[in-house]
Amino acid sequence: MIAAILSLTLLGAALGIVLGVANKFLAVEGNPVVDELIAMMPGSNCGQCGFPGCSGAANAIVDGTAPPTCCPPGGKTLAAAIAAKLGLTVDLSAMSDDGPKIAVVAEELCIGCCRCSKVCPTDAIIGAAKQIHNVFREACTGCSSCIEKCPTEALVMKPVPVTLQHWVMPKPLAA
Amino acid sequence: MGVRELINRLFVGEWGVHPDDHKRPAADQPVRVMPVPARLYLPLQQHLGGPARPVVLVGQRVRKGELIADAQGMVSAPIHAPTSGTISAVTEITAPHPSGLTLPAIILDADGADEWCELQGCDDPFALTAAEIGKRVAAAGVVGLGGAAFPSAVKLTGAARAKVTTLVMNGGECEPYLSCDDRLMRDQAAGIVDGIRIMLHATGAQVALVGIEDNKPEAIAAMQAAAAGVDTIQVRPVPARYPMGSEKQLIQVLTGTEVPADGRPADIGVIVHNVGTALAVRAAVREGKPLISRLVTVNGNCAANPGNIEVRLGTLAEDVIAFAGGLKGDGLGLARRVMGGPMMGMQIPHWRVPVVKGTSGILAFDAAEAAEQEPDPCIRCGSCVKACPMGLLPLEMSSRIRNDALPDAVDLGLKDCIACGCCAYVCPSKIPLVQYFVHAKGELASQDRAKLRTDATKKLAQQRQTRLEREAREKAQAAAKRKAEREAAAAAKAAAEKPATTT
Repeated sequence: MIAAILSLTLLGAALGIVLGVANKFLAVEGNPVVDELIAMMPGSNCGQCGFPGCSGAANAIVDGTAPPTCCPPGGKTLAAAIAAKLGLTVDLSAMSDDGPKIAVVAEELCIGCCRCSKVCPTDAIIGAAKQIHNVFREACTGCSSCIEKCPTEALVMKPVPVTLQHWVMPKPLAA
Repeated sequence: MGVRELINRLFVGEWGVHPDDHKRPAADQPVRVMPVPARLYLPLQQHLGGPARPVVLVGQRVRKGELIADAQGMVSAPIHAPTSGTISAVTEITAPHPSGLTLPAIILDADGADEWCELQGCDDPFALTAAEIGKRVAAAGVVGLGGAAFPSAVKLTGAARAKVTTLVMNGGECEPYLSCDDRLMRDQAAGIVDGIRIMLHATGAQVALVGIEDNKPEAIAAMQAAAAGVDTIQVRPVPARYPMGSEKQLIQVLTGTEVPADGRPADIGVIVHNVGTALAVRAAVREGKPLISRLVTVNGNCAANPGNIEVRLGTLAEDVIAFAGGLKGDGLGLARRVMGGPMMGMQIPHWRVPVVKGTSGILAFDAAEAAEQEPDPCIRCGSCVKACPMGLLPLEMSSRIRNDALPDAVDLGLKDCIACGCCAYVCPSKIPLVQYFVHAKGELASQDRAKLRTDATKKLAQQRQTRLEREAREKAQAAAKRKAEREAAAAAKAAAEKPATTT
């Protein structure tokens, strides 16, 4: 009995050390560009790009199978940033330039069906069955996954309001 | 070049600009006290830091000096009723801000009685501890009156912790057109000196250096006379040059030491307060009076009767101008409305904007003063490099920003820019250099916010993932448990039935 326990423990420890060393010295580095893109992306894994999460989209963009404009929540800013990073030229004019948007619940239309809160990738929608739902402005990434789930069209995308805290002086027109 | 200017250049260096100061005749006019207007508009954010939280209800009667909005967070300041009256609304009004956006404000209808609430003064402030003085200053809502409106109590208590040795009192007032600090020093020098002594006591600093630009000889004389018997307070004339009133520059001229980049004056044992703030601190500690009024300079070519006016906070600029004597020719020649100084103040969209704690001036400029001109290309003359008080390269930074290469601009020292506007002032091509820097800093701040937001979103997405996994696990466990119970029940039933059938 003791011999069995001892030998298995030793075997496990030895193999563990071998694996640990191998992990350190034989590590296969991921594409660092993909990691950088993942860091730039919204990270809510909303799936609107058609890839499994943000890492899937980042891989596809680096492979060239997806355009840099494929991320709706990231919008024009993200597309421009990705294009600059990868040295691509990209037609941004096709993308809408209304700035970031977030979902807003029209309270008179909400029936409290809870369908939207189930799909929200960041749990930004609060509400219980048959209670009016609401969206946390700070948590909403504007992925609009919830919009098509709403049976009463109570959810609409609205531009994020500009406040004194967020206002940025416009860039002067070039001479 | 005069001898004095030569000596200045030798000892102070060559930074800065010498705009026409336009301070007289406004500075020589006696202060006029404006009566309380019928309605006051009190923004909840009149200071740097968190906005104040209203503590009154609509329809509530308040007396002069009563707390109407309390400080919120570590860096914040409360707001008090500038007169007695009734709270008529808490709503959005146009902010004294170049964006023209709104901000929440308390609206107070004056009842004309102007009746004080009970005040708790203190006869001997020097018997109080630093913390007690800090508490009184914080409760009175005193903020830096030079323009940045940083809560004074935070600086005072922070100074005691940071072992500050020197208190620099800023009487520079280097912005052209403004003369409210000049007027205060001429008229209330004794009060300012008393305030400085209280601040020295609260901060534990050994000496106070009062820096006053040498274009204000009357103020220098008055302050020297008032500080004559006090050996801890030294009044030091400094050369009149913009931006002498910027804290980093004033510290360097008065003490000879430089504030490190990314550092604060407290890092080299110095704090800076405005002379007007000393007066407000004195009122707060000795009399328990909150900050409810301030001196505002009304000036500019369009102002019919320039001068300094004592105004209750929350008074609309429109009312202040009307009291001051209105605009020349009913404002037909008006080209630009500015709140604060012409160099660092802000352009406002209309006059229906209230005076707040940081409002030092209300300026009505005609077309000649506004001098709007289309920019020409940069001729690389280097005037901006010579003028920059922080030793930066404005022409290089602006070309980076124009091409959206913000990280390159940061490498060139964008974060050290104090947005004084010297570069844009001297530029012969009239390139709006400082606007580029303000834009870039705002853009960087919004990128930082976006980064924080992305991190927060990632965390939320992860938390949702773990929650979904946990729920699935619990569901599976519950199902397994129910199944086990069902089977146990069935087995028990079978066991109970079995003997019955066999016998």
